[in-house]
Amino acid sequence: MSKKVAITGMGIISSIGTTVEENYHALLQCKPGISFISNIQTRHEKDIMVGEIKLTNDELIKQLKLPVSNNYSRTALLGVLAAKQAVADAKIDNISDCKTGLISATSVGGMDKTEKYYYDYFTDENPQKYIEGHHGGDATQKIAKQLGITDFVTTISTACSSSANAIMLGARLIKSGELDRVIVGGADCLSKFTINGFKTLMILSDTYCTPFDENRKGLNLGEAAAFLVLESDEMVKKHDKKVLAYVSGYGNANDAFHQTASSENGEGATLAMQKAFKVADLLPEQIDYINAHGTATLNNDLSESKAILRVFGSQVPDLSSTKSYTGHTLAAAAAIEAVYAVLALQHQVVFPSLNFKTVIKETGIIPVSTLKEKKIQHVLSNSFGFGGNCSTLIFSKN
Amino acid sequence: MEACYINGLGCVSAQHTIDKNQFLDDIISYHETILSSINPNYKEYIPPAAARRMAKGIKMGVVASSLALQEAEITIPDAIISGTGFGCLKDSEKFLSTIVDNDEEYLTPTAFIQSTHNTVGAQIALGLQCKAYNFTYVHAAVSFESCLIDAQLKFYEKEATNILVGGVDEVGEHTYKLHALINHIKKDKVNTFDLKNSNSVGTIFGEGASFFSLSNVKQKSTYAQLTDVEIISQLTLEKLNERIEAFLKKNQFSYKDIDAVVLGVNGDVDYDHFYEHLQTGVFKQTQQLYYKHLCGEYNTASSFGFWLAAKLIKHQQVPEAIKLNNISAKSFKNVLLYNQYRGGNHSFILLQSC
Repeated sequence: MSKKVAITGMGIISSIGTTVEENYHALLQCKPGISFISNIQTRHEKDIMVGEIKLTNDELIKQLKLPVSNNYSRTALLGVLAAKQAVADAKIDNISDCKTGLISATSVGGMDKTEKYYYDYFTDENPQKYIEGHHGGDATQKIAKQLGITDFVTTISTACSSSANAIMLGARLIKSGELDRVIVGGADCLSKFTINGFKTLMILSDTYCTPFDENRKGLNLGEAAAFLVLESDEMVKKHDKKVLAYVSGYGNANDAFHQTASSENGEGATLAMQKAFKVADLLPEQIDYINAHGTATLNNDLSESKAILRVFGSQVPDLSSTKSYTGHTLAAAAAIEAVYAVLALQHQVVFPSLNFKTVIKETGIIPVSTLKEKKIQHVLSNSFGFGGNCSTLIFSKN
Repeated sequence: MEACYINGLGCVSAQHTIDKNQFLDDIISYHETILSSINPNYKEYIPPAAARRMAKGIKMGVVASSLALQEAEITIPDAIISGTGFGCLKDSEKFLSTIVDNDEEYLTPTAFIQSTHNTVGAQIALGLQCKAYNFTYVHAAVSFESCLIDAQLKFYEKEATNILVGGVDEVGEHTYKLHALINHIKKDKVNTFDLKNSNSVGTIFGEGASFFSLSNVKQKSTYAQLTDVEIISQLTLEKLNERIEAFLKKNQFSYKDIDAVVLGVNGDVDYDHFYEHLQTGVFKQTQQLYYKHLCGEYNTASSFGFWLAAKLIKHQQVPEAIKLNNISAKSFKNVLLYNQYRGGNHSFILLQSC
């Protein structure tokens, strides 16, 4: 099981940019993509701020050169865009030249169309083409078709940790030799369904979210898609591939505490991090940067901080939450944060957390709040979701 | 891949499948386009306070998983891996209807928090206090097969001895109406035993939960060995034989080694030709079985097929109701399952007696 899992390409679209480059520059310049919502008409438009991608569906369709008759949900549009970038970045000429798979993740799937045409479907034939696109696997199938991947194609949905688990499964399939190459990631669009869901839970912020701040008011919902190309050692050697970074560790555990809330002592998160260290064969002190889940809800940031203290003791590495730029992009969050972890390794820089003012008294964890250049070998990335799902990934330079 | 044994199972469906000593002894025949699963006595498995908040899919999942673990004598598995095509449809529809009907007002969070796709896996973990690995696959007709592949990988990684896997889907009223609108469901009611020859577009919908306690250690309760699983996202009829042959060959098998083939025939005249191709072709001389007329079509209906194949191998007898042809196998040693939905998401599963 000593096989390495190389990352040879990545693609992303988020509220801070439609390419890897744009995302990187926004992070360097501390420019958040948090705004009032404009693509969805909602009663809450003045009460919440979101990480919305300002491109309309029509603009995305045009960019992807899809026929007008297409039946793509916004999740599928974002997913295809990011996945195509990743494949291009990995300089893959022939996707069928080896055992290639696709694992995507989503929580809303085609919900944007379902909520838009909920009753109209019965009276208007035109939107009926979207009915088939509701389920979670639909966007993945469309991505597979666009990329020409025909065999191993699946989708994971474990709420806000979904794409961490997609990356994890991909890494395991490479290590076991079941696949030579796998495109992994996730996509989620904003929807009235999730806006109202999180609203009823009273965890949406009416202003810029403030991860790890004592006075945090909740999260900004966001939308995004990101994909990574993972390849085996053999593929890297055979095609003389440029390796961006490696997936070196991963762990998944269940908090088994509550359907939506995290346990007070961060039990699931602690277990996930410990498992990831074991797989990576690393010690906590070898981690140079933590890209935290850091949603800026009262519950998450406290629980995650406690788990981090349990794992790292008094030596907590540099930590930040890039959700202060992008908002919480649900099933896509771990994938976009994986891209940011790779960027941190490539450019040897810790991206600062925005909007932090006051330390949480109970934990004393202070996130990095200005851009920090330093030697970075290993980045740990956390993602937690409803249903107690806790996932940790570790990315390494070598 | 490592040896993987089915040591316990539980199934909630439109048939009497709760009693582990029975194997479709008393078939219920329907004249419907939608088959509801038979509600077990939930009180025996779930505390009433918790059950009140649970939609049918969650309850079915909890019952099926308890049965599977009980039979295998496992208290807490080393991983819980669930598959569901549509997820918690009833709660999703409930929350969404309220959003649309009340213009985003007067909403309560309960339906939303229970609507997440991984709720079944999460509720099983919560009930068992199981902090282990917990994944949920949502890829249409291969959601359940993805769980099997993950479980095999876990055994290979030596990360587990006992894994709970299962497939669950519930009927949602609104979703059902929408799928009827686009002719994925038959226009007219059809009799259970006429389904395969119904000669019309669409199928009949159903719901259910089938869970399995898998292990890399064989024990007294073992039903069968899961030898291999493969999923293929897109496959043409022309390539079907080639792929099955390759799958069998990979496991040192040929067509003639297969004692019975379990097919996902669902009576849709537009897509059943994938099965007919095998029925009249390479498996012409093999005993052919089917099951979707008993449980209805749903994204994880193939987990009912998996339950059926495991029972078949253990009981070594075939209920009349599932026979597609007149050929009778001498014994059921090697069983192949093949499924697809609307021409996509094909899967092969190979089970062996042990």
